[in-house]
Amino acid sequence: MAAPRRTRSAGPLFVAPFMILFLLLFLTPLGYAAYLSLFQERLIGGTAFVGLDNYVQALGDSQLLHGVGRVALFFVLQVPVMLALAVLFALALDSGLLRLARVIRLGVFVPYAVPSVVAALMWGYLYGPDFGPFAQFARELSLPVPDFLSDTWMLGSLANIVTWEFTGYNMIILYAALRTVPTELYEAAAMDGAGAWRIAWSVKLPALRPALLLCLLFSVIGSFQLFNEPNLLTKIAPDVITSDYTANLYAYSLAFTGQQVNYAATVSFLLGLVIVIASYAVLLTANRRRTP
Amino acid sequence: MTTTLDRPTALRDTPVRKERRPRRSTPLTIAMLAALAYFLLPLLWLLIASTKSAHDLIDSFGLWFSDAPQLLTNVKDTFTQDDGVFLTWLLNTLLYAGVSAVGAAVLAAAGGYGFAKFRFRGDRAAFNLVLGAVMVPTTALAIPTYLLFAEAGLVNTPWAVILPSLVNPFGLYLMRIYAADAIPDSLLEAARIDGAGEVRIFFRIALRLLGPGLVTVLLFTLVATWNNYFLPLIMLNDPDLYPVTVGLSSWAAQAQNGGAGASSDMLALVVTGSLLSILPLVVAFLLLQRYWQSGLAAGGVKQ
Repeated sequence: MAAPRRTRSAGPLFVAPFMILFLLLFLTPLGYAAYLSLFQERLIGGTAFVGLDNYVQALGDSQLLHGVGRVALFFVLQVPVMLALAVLFALALDSGLLRLARVIRLGVFVPYAVPSVVAALMWGYLYGPDFGPFAQFARELSLPVPDFLSDTWMLGSLANIVTWEFTGYNMIILYAALRTVPTELYEAAAMDGAGAWRIAWSVKLPALRPALLLCLLFSVIGSFQLFNEPNLLTKIAPDVITSDYTANLYAYSLAFTGQQVNYAATVSFLLGLVIVIASYAVLLTANRRRTP
Repeated sequence: MTTTLDRPTALRDTPVRKERRPRRSTPLTIAMLAALAYFLLPLLWLLIASTKSAHDLIDSFGLWFSDAPQLLTNVKDTFTQDDGVFLTWLLNTLLYAGVSAVGAAVLAAAGGYGFAKFRFRGDRAAFNLVLGAVMVPTTALAIPTYLLFAEAGLVNTPWAVILPSLVNPFGLYLMRIYAADAIPDSLLEAARIDGAGEVRIFFRIALRLLGPGLVTVLLFTLVATWNNYFLPLIMLNDPDLYPVTVGLSSWAAQAQNGGAGASSDMLALVVTGSLLSILPLVVAFLLLQRYWQSGLAAGGVKQ
């Protein structure tokens, strides 16, 4: 790649529109949230500066901690399954062994184009204990009806929806990465007597590393801000999904139901911080493994 | 088999290596078709459910058609409910998603091009700042943005949904990688020698070479905005401004609360509305797949 060597004044011109909006719509809200998080609305005396009191309160807030814990558990449950499936599918597509490869590729990807609202509505109906098809099937066969919307199953049911939505997206990123691996590498490996599995394991998987890391990073960010799916399932399972079910639901209900604007800003800010830290942890672990 | 006939030509073209064309595997194909069934099943259900009346939705078997299919009636009912508010939602979505996607793609393309092809003071710091922002979750940002917009009087206007969607840090990152590879410096140099200005070079030459990358950012921002729920949910409270996602969820809430009686008809509308709302994006992805897949390849490989 040729290094850009120009020192003309046009660079800032091209970068400016993005950077100005970035400043206004990205950094300013963050700064504003940080500012708001230092105040409290008091019944008497209006808004008062309280320093880090909100943060102290948040760190001891069991509702917030449970919400963060739940999304962390969700991440540990859902992401490995989803990424393993995406890797397997990408390898299968890339192997050239599949019939109907194009149809399969697009079919697995299609759920990504479905809004999470619609995905949650569809699955919510499919999960239904009364007239969902799974329940109908089970009753037809005189089997116990699985209660997907119960307290025990809910996190798994949510994980299934998210897996359904995003496996194809990750698969496409990984597949695109595989397509750019020079075929000479495979030929050299085959020449050395490596079979298809061996090539997949020793040549293709290492080549997937950067793309996989990207997928993992997006999954960290997505998991920890889980909101849409639980928020929609709240309506059909209000006793299971409480307003503090995930950290993001909690922030939302603080701001819009509880009118606790300052505390909501604190929670949002902390949640962002948790995600950035988790993302860095993922990156660091990955980089350390690369250089033993 | 007939392949033996082709062998001599293949050998002539590439004398050393023989064409590696593995035999198709039936077990692997069957396994993948089973996986495909899982991904298509809910959509099949949606398609079937859209042909049913509210009553049949509950009474007939979920994965097969009822005795009295009525897709057209459902579509008509969906579009006439509440004085045609569903069409308003679709048009709102089209407006929000269209403006956001085009704006975000052009901003990211110009920015990515600027970072890839020019050196200026603070460029590295600015780019790293954007790169770090990729990790900041949009929903954690949404509530602060709401509070800020409330101060500025932007809440409950289309701008409240469009403006935050214009800034796409990952899009800028993708376009920078893409521009570095796709636009040769020599071409820019030649255009400059011919006396073309920088802005003209960008619009006439660079933007064209950035095509697939641009379509990728455009399409993925389009999906992100089309499917966005959290931001419009908190920013808008006038049903006439809702995008289709927030509208559908409000109908779903009515269908849920209604139970029996008049509003249980809402269930059929929610289902048919869901089907209608996903069709445009699915079609867009199918038509543009050649572009977005090559654009994604650039982002997935380099880090």
